[in-house]
Amino acid sequence: MAVSISGMSKWYGDFQVLHDIDLQVAVGERLVICGPSGSGKSTMIRCINRLERHQEGRIVVNGVELADDLRAIDEVRADAGMVFQHFNLFPHLTVLENCILAPMHVKRMARPQAAELALQYLARVRILDQADKYPGQLSGGQQQRAAIARSLCMQPRIMLFDEPTSALDPEMVKEVLDTMTSLADDGMTMLCVTHEMGFARSVADRVVFMDGGRILESAAPDAFFDRPRHERTRAFLERILH
Amino acid sequence: MNTTVISTDMPSRPAPVDRQAGVAQRLFGSVSSSIATVVALGLALYALGRFIDWSLLNAVWPGESGAMCRQASGACWAFLAEKLNQILFGIYPRGEQWRPAVVCVVILAMVVVSLDPRQWRLRTVWLWLAGMAGSLALMQGGWAGLTPVPTASWGGLPVTLLLAVCALGVGMPLGILLALARRGSLPMARFIATCVIELIRGLPLISLLFMASIVLPIMLPAGMTIDSLLRAGIALTVFSAAYLAEVIRGGLQSLPAGQMEASRALGLSWWQMTRLVVLPQAVRKVIAPLTNTAIVMIKNTSLVLIVGLFDLLSSGRAALTDPAWPTPYVETYLFIASIYFCICFGLSRYSMWLERRFKKGELR
Repeated sequence: MAVSISGMSKWYGDFQVLHDIDLQVAVGERLVICGPSGSGKSTMIRCINRLERHQEGRIVVNGVELADDLRAIDEVRADAGMVFQHFNLFPHLTVLENCILAPMHVKRMARPQAAELALQYLARVRILDQADKYPGQLSGGQQQRAAIARSLCMQPRIMLFDEPTSALDPEMVKEVLDTMTSLADDGMTMLCVTHEMGFARSVADRVVFMDGGRILESAAPDAFFDRPRHERTRAFLERILH
Repeated sequence: MNTTVISTDMPSRPAPVDRQAGVAQRLFGSVSSSIATVVALGLALYALGRFIDWSLLNAVWPGESGAMCRQASGACWAFLAEKLNQILFGIYPRGEQWRPAVVCVVILAMVVVSLDPRQWRLRTVWLWLAGMAGSLALMQGGWAGLTPVPTASWGGLPVTLLLAVCALGVGMPLGILLALARRGSLPMARFIATCVIELIRGLPLISLLFMASIVLPIMLPAGMTIDSLLRAGIALTVFSAAYLAEVIRGGLQSLPAGQMEASRALGLSWWQMTRLVVLPQAVRKVIAPLTNTAIVMIKNTSLVLIVGLFDLLSSGRAALTDPAWPTPYVETYLFIASIYFCICFGLSRYSMWLERRFKKGELR
């Protein structure tokens, strides 16, 4: 199991934002998580790399249980890459420097090796010619692809995507989704929170629907989109798919 | 029938000419403008005339004596020429004044080398430490045949520069640590940092200087003394650290949380994140208020006059007490002010150059 969440609950103060989440993700599985805003999808995914702390239940990532042990947390984070809605590139560094920062300092790689690795991934996401530019000089789509390359440079076994295309102009959404599709084709385990249903249908192995902090439905894309079982799933799909 | 026209070739035209009113129009266009212009010009010319009269036409040039100055109505530049050494180097022994001069040049050279951000690396820190150690050793003397000169005899420009460099150079890392502690997650560190910062900010610098001069020697074990210049240096450093800490804390607060999240998600440790991602951005954001604090601290060094040390300003005041000359306050203070102005204005222009340089990468 790449990710195993059992009985996980989380509170923000007195407000329970996640209720008894049970989720198993196999190695190489592509999971899309969707749901209305406020349903806890981002919170759940952020618990997986400990950007949020869960109060009850167990989360095991790549065989390492997430608890308060700092060493375990850093181990999990190095192995699970995350791509954010607002890219979060480091603006004071060039794209190349953004990508080599973590391998050099976390994995103690020498600079030339890290640079070679970074250029490989930048070529993979097709922004090799932007390597020496600063994030502020790139378009939104290019920035998000740079962010994907930056996460890939740590060679993680899992990639977490938190609404990666929500902050992009429509004409740039496709280039990012294409990048994610090619990643999926290479066998990367992916957990993706997104509203892009076309992407879910074509790439996902499984689609999970969350509402009110609970997982309400989980099915293969065909079953999910054509024969939704839960009525709230149906209502949501009606709104999303017009 | 509707026809749709699609134009593909639209050459761009030059912009229409913006006709702005000329200078003459603006200055003399109406009666009130004309009167205002004439009055302003008149006052300016009158002031300029008086100044030229005082500073050039009726001035007493170098080579004349104090008696000449007493008779003349203009500026007494002869005094400056005569007292230049005392103003710049205080009561440092006359024959050894090449040593403080060298120290000033060394400090200036180190500053010039450190200007380019590409030089902001560890080896520049070593350069500064070596340069400062060497400067202090040179001023102190007592080795390689150099006559020993106690710190009580140091004065003038070198003292101002040494105190400013110490206050800002040591105050900055201390300030960064205080700011990080105040924003950190350890409650004890937060409490201590807050107390230190608020206590120091609540006190005037003069009282801190007094406390350092009087309290520090009492706190030390019997028999151990601490140099008076060092005491003042410590007070100035601690004062700078508190103010710089608050400026940097502002920078830290303005950083979007996503930066820290992305760093942690990549697996960077807290210290790696702070050193590589947070501090570079936070400091760049607050270059303007940091410069402000630095300029104020450079001028604050003149307060060491209160604890009996001679910096540039008090050396000037001491020079004025010579009974052979008619105390030309204006000339002396103008000269000292121009030195301060060069330093502070230089710092100000440098900070603007830095800001522009850092903006280049973030331009969209």
